[in-house]
Amino acid sequence: MAVIKTQNVTKVYNPDTIPVHALNGINIEITQGEFTAIVGPSGSGKTTLLNIIGGLDNPTDGYIEVGGQDISKLSDNELIEFRKNNIGFVFQAYNLIPVMTAKENVEFVMLLQNRPQAERDQRVKELMEAVGIGDKMDKRPSQLSGGQQQRVAVARALAPKPHFILADEPTANLDSKSTANLLDIMADLNQKENITFVFSTHDQRVIDRARRVITIDDGLVISDETR
Amino acid sequence: MSTIFKLAWRNIWRNKRRTLITIGSILFAVLFAIFMQSVQRGAWGKIMNDVVNFYFGYGQIHTKGYWDEQSINKAFEPTDQLQKLEVEGENINAFVPRLESYALAAFRQNSTGVLVVGTHPEREAAMTNLGDRIIEGEYFQTGDKAVVVASGVAENLEIGVGDTLVLVSQGYHGANAAGKYPVKGLVKFGSPDLNKQMVYLPLAVAQKFYGAENKLTSLAIHLKDKEELESTMSFLKSELDTAQTYEVMDWERMMPELVQAREVDAVGGYIILFILYVIITFGIFGTILMMTKEREYEMGVLLSIGMKRQQMGIMIWLEIVMLGMLGALSGMVAVLPFVYYFYRNPVDFGKFSDDMKAAYERFGFEPIFPTALDWSVFWTQAIIVVIITCILAIYPLLKIRKLKPVEAMRG
Repeated sequence: MAVIKTQNVTKVYNPDTIPVHALNGINIEITQGEFTAIVGPSGSGKTTLLNIIGGLDNPTDGYIEVGGQDISKLSDNELIEFRKNNIGFVFQAYNLIPVMTAKENVEFVMLLQNRPQAERDQRVKELMEAVGIGDKMDKRPSQLSGGQQQRVAVARALAPKPHFILADEPTANLDSKSTANLLDIMADLNQKENITFVFSTHDQRVIDRARRVITIDDGLVISDETR
Repeated sequence: MSTIFKLAWRNIWRNKRRTLITIGSILFAVLFAIFMQSVQRGAWGKIMNDVVNFYFGYGQIHTKGYWDEQSINKAFEPTDQLQKLEVEGENINAFVPRLESYALAAFRQNSTGVLVVGTHPEREAAMTNLGDRIIEGEYFQTGDKAVVVASGVAENLEIGVGDTLVLVSQGYHGANAAGKYPVKGLVKFGSPDLNKQMVYLPLAVAQKFYGAENKLTSLAIHLKDKEELESTMSFLKSELDTAQTYEVMDWERMMPELVQAREVDAVGGYIILFILYVIITFGIFGTILMMTKEREYEMGVLLSIGMKRQQMGIMIWLEIVMLGMLGALSGMVAVLPFVYYFYRNPVDFGKFSDDMKAAYERFGFEPIFPTALDWSVFWTQAIIVVIITCILAIYPLLKIRKLKPVEAMRG
């Protein structure tokens, strides 16, 4: 069953002045447990697509169904609730909250979900150990390396038990070793917990590990390859 | 909520230098505002106290309509009810009974108009310290048939202690009033107006002089605690027939010009405070602008991962209000030693210049100005800062309301 389904999704920026057509009718379906990379050159529309799938941006036209729900019809507050309970985000620049420790960053979304303290503590411990930074719980982001910060970001994205993870160029700022480690961790979580991962990337190291590669250019899917 | 509070607190200290500069600017504004208000209130408190204690007392009871006419024909007899109220009034030390009217005073070839005040010598001394103003001779006592004369009157008449003063007037309901009394003492007032017209007689002697046996024109109220003035006045008004028989007036109603002068001065102070707070408001707003701008990206991230706009709004609001409160509290703590010092050691302008001392004394008060140790002055400033910060916090709240995660994270 498709957890993500888009039909003729278009996105036009500045429609009233100088229109920029970022997406020109995207049709894709992603099923539970996929490890998918959306690839393409800069400006091809991959980040825009990810943002629209994640409910961070609205399409100009088209239909998006996530987890059986038409998210283009959700209000602002409903979208926030939807994101909180269904999607985990991993960003290129890690985007951890600098005033929180690694543990607090991972715990934060669960706090927003009003999960009990004991459950939060156990989940944080499990995830931080799973991503290999169980000993960095009380460190602030500024005290961690880029690779460690991105692992915290992955743990944070997984903490609320989302249906899928959207990762926008997660390895762009990492060295080879950190990239390999991170991809191992994500592939492992994908296998063990059947969590769906969707990456936007033009990093060959990520593309090589993906089991499905959707290539887009000029806002259109030009190839869709399952390995 | 505790997480949001914790986050807000940590966010304040992300940029320590900027936070300290903002807190410092609020601190100095609050320090200056509290000190200025304390000096102003303290000075006016002292002036009011001096003027009120000088003669009028904090309140008076008259026949209804007396204060507008100030005629001896509006005199009244002290009833049992009034005597009972004097005992029953919890905050009433005593009533000082007076019979007041104008008369022509003469000695040899000289004459002058005077205000003759028949009063209870001991009670008058207890309330207005009249006995302490004696500069020559002695203060009179109940039973004496003698006058105490203000030094200005004595100068005009060229009269001294032991001489006999002649008083001529129109008494109660047009009766002839004439009498001669030995001068027992001379008193000196700071106010030239009082100095040129006051003549005191024991009450019974004045009543006989004016043909107003057992009659009074006023009962000045000697309070135990001036802070209880309002409740005491309410008590008296509720017990007495103020619809037709009596008027119960506090000093503010008797001396509206003094109240107006205080208010004019207060308005001047408020204008200075307003300018000060406008400057501080722009300072705080600058900080808020910078804080909002540099955290737009982070706000976008928080929205993306599921933080509600309301929660984010509360967090930012808390940050700004905490910043304001920290500044206000620091200002309150910093100013306290100064206010307390000048409360205990009032500034004596008399020490700086004799001219200044003489100028103040002419208006009937000592040139000594303590600060007021009034907590309401402190809290008012804290409340003003909180109100300012609450209003300024609207700006980031509006930004958060319109924030789009993708645009925020695009920078």
